[in-house]
Amino acid sequence: MKIKDVPQDDDGFLEEGKVRDMCYAVDEDGNYKQVLSIGWNPKNEAMKLALQLVNEQVEKTKQQVIEGKLSPIAYYMEKCIMDVKLVSQYTGIPKRKIRKHLNPDVFIKLNPAEIEIYAKVFNISNTDLMDIEKIKNL
Amino acid sequence: MKIDFKHKQSAHCENGVTSNLLHFYNIPLSEPMVFGIGAGLFFSYIPFIKLNFIPVTSFRPLPGFIFKRVTRRLGIKTKRFKYSNPEQAMKEMDALLEKGTPVGMLVGVFYLSYFPKEFRFHFNAHNLVVFGKEDNTYSISDPVMENVETLTYEELTKVRFAKGTYPPKGRMYYISEVPQKIDLKEAIVKGIKHACKDMLTIPIPLFGIKGIRYIAKRLKNWPNKYGDKKASLYLGQVIRMLEEIGTGGAGFRFIYAAFLQESADVLEQPWLLDVSKEMTAVGDKWREFAYLAARTFKKRGTEISTYSQLSDLLFKIADQEEAIFRKLKIISL
Repeated sequence: MKIKDVPQDDDGFLEEGKVRDMCYAVDEDGNYKQVLSIGWNPKNEAMKLALQLVNEQVEKTKQQVIEGKLSPIAYYMEKCIMDVKLVSQYTGIPKRKIRKHLNPDVFIKLNPAEIEIYAKVFNISNTDLMDIEKIKNL
Repeated sequence: MKIDFKHKQSAHCENGVTSNLLHFYNIPLSEPMVFGIGAGLFFSYIPFIKLNFIPVTSFRPLPGFIFKRVTRRLGIKTKRFKYSNPEQAMKEMDALLEKGTPVGMLVGVFYLSYFPKEFRFHFNAHNLVVFGKEDNTYSISDPVMENVETLTYEELTKVRFAKGTYPPKGRMYYISEVPQKIDLKEAIVKGIKHACKDMLTIPIPLFGIKGIRYIAKRLKNWPNKYGDKKASLYLGQVIRMLEEIGTGGAGFRFIYAAFLQESADVLEQPWLLDVSKEMTAVGDKWREFAYLAARTFKKRGTEISTYSQLSDLLFKIADQEEAIFRKLKIISL
């Protein structure tokens, strides 16, 4: 790849002055140089494809939470691209118990300490985790 | 307390950490040099191991190998640690910083606050260097970032003890002893020989050139076997591994070409310049593959023929890379 061919296809993923891709490309004399790139369409597309799949799953779960079929834990779990196993590893709560907490009826009976453990893993506040109205608007 | 540590951005995190740490100890090796001596070029396709439900494709050896090989080949002594107790991991790191030692470590990127949001997957093999602490805040040299970043005590603890696949468990490492004189030439030759061995002779069809041919063969049937959606997903993943932050373009092939170019000078063996050019050409082919692949999955593979085109392209790449490593194999001082 020549320096002039290093793509600069900005798709909002990277940010100049913060993080860009370091590419290696050859100059006119054939010598390798480092060049920063803000992105390249094929890989932006690959990125979008991966994100789209995550988002589809998040949307699906969101509807189920709004319909009262699942607790907010299910929504934030999907949003953090986690599964029950990973949430269990982060919280120390057994998987079997977490599966129960996905049930909205069990969820509302959780004590504040348990809510806090989950909220911390999802990087949100306790009140946000409890607030289904908020999820509707996310 | 802040150590006088020079942060330099690089394509790949492990190369960058290694190169920056070596610079600190007055061994100024570039990123391509580190990558080449560490035999960082590789290929593997392991369809029966899945990460996020997608088969594993990789263009590099396992995390940690580059640092280990480079320091060993240069006769540099290192220390490495792993912890079960986060407090102890932080305390021992603090003690090292206090003594003026920059510390490299493995972290998970999901909770890495300064990382762009879209890149914060559960990936646990990211490397960075901690080189200072003021109050509750650490100075971080993260090789993929353009500038020095900071993390609080709590944030750093969280990323050092990320969970999931291959948890970092507070792993950290530093350089403990540097020899008076290093033998760069010999290290380069060993690094090249190692890469040749990895690419040509592993007797399992998933690795090296054989691995490229293996995925080429399988990829042709992805749309029939898995359906369009899954085939697109698999293809997307290959591109991401090929071009994601850290490869310098074309799955490290350009960095390796840069390494060969630099080595031609150091070893005074101009024939390596020609091989470097061939490597650049292969890199361009890989880019062509990524370009074609993206077009294929964007269309959601309405034309099956493109998958066989992609497969043909990979076979060509495999042939070219095989020729390159057969040439490199005979290298000596």
